[in-house]
Amino acid sequence: MFAHDFVRNAYLAGTFVALACGTAGWLVVLRAQVFAGDALSHVAFVGAIAAALIGVAEPLGLLVATLVVAAGMAGLGQRGAADDTSIGITFAWILGIGILLITLLARSTAGGSGIAATNALFGSIYSLGAQDTILAVVACGVVAVLVLVSFRPLLLASLDSQMALARGVRVRLLGVGFLLALGVITAESTQAVGALLLLGLLAAPAGAAHQLTARPYVGLALSAGLAVGAMWAGLALSYQIPSLPPSSAIIGLAAAAYGLAALARRFRWRAAPRSG
Amino acid sequence: MINPSFSPDLLYDLRQLFSFPFMVNALEAGTIVAVLAAVVGWYMVLRRQAFAGHTLAVMSFPGATGAALAGLPGVLGYYLACVGAALAMRGSRRGTGSRVTETATIGTVQAVGLAAGFLFLSLNQNVLGGPETLLFGTFLGVTQGQVLSLLGVALAAVIGLAVASRPLLLASVDPELAEARGVAVSWLDLGFLLLLGLAVAATSQITGALLVFALLVAPPATAQLITLRPWLGMALSVVFGLVIVWLGLAAAYFSPYPVGFFITTFAFALYVLVAVWRWVRS
Amino acid sequence: MASLAAPEDRPGAPSGHRPLNALSLQDASVRLGGRPILTAVNLEVSQGEFIAVLGPNGAGKSTLMRAILGLVPLAAGSVRVLGRPPVQARPLIGYLPQRHGFDRAVRIRGLDLVRLGLDGTRWGVPLAITPSARTRRRAERQRIADMIALVGAESYAHRPVGELSGGEQQRLLIAQALVRRPRILILDEPLDGLDLPNQTSVAALLRRIASSEEVSVLLVAHDVNPLLEYLDRVIYLASGRALTGPVQAVITAPTLSELYGAQIEVLKTGDGRLVVVGAPEAPHHHGTRHPEP
Repeated sequence: MFAHDFVRNAYLAGTFVALACGTAGWLVVLRAQVFAGDALSHVAFVGAIAAALIGVAEPLGLLVATLVVAAGMAGLGQRGAADDTSIGITFAWILGIGILLITLLARSTAGGSGIAATNALFGSIYSLGAQDTILAVVACGVVAVLVLVSFRPLLLASLDSQMALARGVRVRLLGVGFLLALGVITAESTQAVGALLLLGLLAAPAGAAHQLTARPYVGLALSAGLAVGAMWAGLALSYQIPSLPPSSAIIGLAAAAYGLAALARRFRWRAAPRSG
Repeated sequence: MINPSFSPDLLYDLRQLFSFPFMVNALEAGTIVAVLAAVVGWYMVLRRQAFAGHTLAVMSFPGATGAALAGLPGVLGYYLACVGAALAMRGSRRGTGSRVTETATIGTVQAVGLAAGFLFLSLNQNVLGGPETLLFGTFLGVTQGQVLSLLGVALAAVIGLAVASRPLLLASVDPELAEARGVAVSWLDLGFLLLLGLAVAATSQITGALLVFALLVAPPATAQLITLRPWLGMALSVVFGLVIVWLGLAAAYFSPYPVGFFITTFAFALYVLVAVWRWVRS
Repeated sequence: MASLAAPEDRPGAPSGHRPLNALSLQDASVRLGGRPILTAVNLEVSQGEFIAVLGPNGAGKSTLMRAILGLVPLAAGSVRVLGRPPVQARPLIGYLPQRHGFDRAVRIRGLDLVRLGLDGTRWGVPLAITPSARTRRRAERQRIADMIALVGAESYAHRPVGELSGGEQQRLLIAQALVRRPRILILDEPLDGLDLPNQTSVAALLRRIASSEEVSVLLVAHDVNPLLEYLDRVIYLASGRALTGPVQAVITAPTLSELYGAQIEVLKTGDGRLVVVGAPEAPHHHGTRHPEP
């Protein structure tokens, strides 16, 4: 299977995307910013369409759109986070623009729009060229490293922003930076699993990790590990079963992990006697 | 398709608008949807469940594609998917570390729904309109039958909400007191989520998944910027929803651009206008 | 079990003519999960008294409150609220449960929060069509305004609750509990998270309400000091047993040592504050510790 170029590219890009999503995702879930991540992924989709319309390289359109919106969302909130309703409204509007762009695209390149839109929505990991793969690897790798390096102040700022401020942590700056990093991950992952399914890679492995343990470093490793595991297994499964799209396989496995983790937690509580 | 043009004579334009049955149906459906979304959405925004609302709206995608695959009527697929998702999300609302678990679960449910929908789509390309129409919808081609069934669901939902209005309000803003007073808070939570799912399933057949969400969020959020009073806020929310939908439909009729774009843009513009006006006044 | 209640309230004392007690617990015991939480508690509370319920964590303070509310069944003994069993007397009791505080984003006015205390549990469409309904609605509105004035919250009752300070929120919650004309007000740790000036002003407010509205106030607290000058009596719970009486009589080294079954010291600081030293904070398991001889 690995003799093929496209398979190697898929695994390479996919591993790094999963690493970035798993790592950042643990913090995203902790900060309850999953909705913001969802919004960003949809924005990425709109950016891709806009890029196709203007004729600019797709990755660039994605990146610009997500960074702009991420900065906007960060600006709307206190610790660099926006609230449920404002995210919802911005989201709805961005999608409205998406509708417009799709219509325009459909008129300018009759027939091509459907595929472009589908790809941006659901991903096309088995059709990555060498350039796209390198871009994904580098971008996601850099972001993952950045997140790891700033993990401790980020953790403190997320758990207890008041105390973090008192200790001199630039909470707001970190919040903005985090959302921007999320924007980059979103832009790159859209190529792999598509805008709409990026959400699953951010939420499910991290969700599972949070169910299983409260310890930060263990949770982080678990989240990244589960994400990468789901990616590898999903890719392999999809390769063996051609009618199963890779993105569906990957998300399905990640979600199954979350479901199992939630069940395990409930049973652990029932098994052990309540103390105190 | 006739290319109508906007003339300076508003009365003539209105008559043009009403001259086609499909347009009348679209307006009727739009009115019902606006009212339903405004009322349900008001509670949704108060309870800060916009993420759950969006996820439920998105469930129409796997619902439609799954039904097509299984040979079931599309309507059934919509309802099953939305109700199923509501139940799956309910599992985490009042749990331990609630907000963290809640958002992770909602995100996972949404991703799974979309993944499943995509799978169904690739297995069976036989879905009306393709993914874009499912997500963004179209108001054209609404039948009288659809309008009537929509009216039925809307009436049931609004009446249900009216009857439960005060206990739901209490459970939404002060759950601890509600529990102490014997209000079944967790049942109300589940009930509301199911209601949201049903309302979304009913409306997204016509408006498309993403449009429903815009109407669920924007008018109530705008109303809540203006007033904190519950009943006044709900009424304002309905007014805003109606204005947005009517203007959006009219604009889409007279121009070559899709309805969804106009409705979402007007909704967003209204919110921004009111937000700016408040900021300027303070 | 030692009782430092006022002489006329001691069981067995001549009853004579006196108003019905707001609260009467006789040998009340509660077991939860097989463990005894409260053992043979005796308590008489007159109308209009302001009483603090004190004791370490896990001593059973919340359980006692829940037993009075009828939310928890008694294993033995009886509870009477104005002569009636707790479940019947629910409308007469105003309860402020422990809350997590209102999120900053909660968009509802204090006024509406107080109103929800009145009709938050009523199903049905809130339309007042008949004249009698209209009159009742008007009376309710007046009542809400009166209670908001009583707690001194007129100036901020129209602002969103999430934007108010802890003390302001607490006052609105007191108004919310009072709006149904209760005879007893039970507050579960309302002073937690408030700064000292706010604690004393809420305590003063409760004192005023107890006297002017003839409402008995039971307040669960961790620290008796902000309340010292406003209280009539304290109830001190430890090891499932209760002791009641005036502050100076209950919070003394010998009394508390006997209650805890351990060596307790009570220190008095220069400015009159009382500090209890030596009290175990964790829940006390019977049988695992031997009392000092």
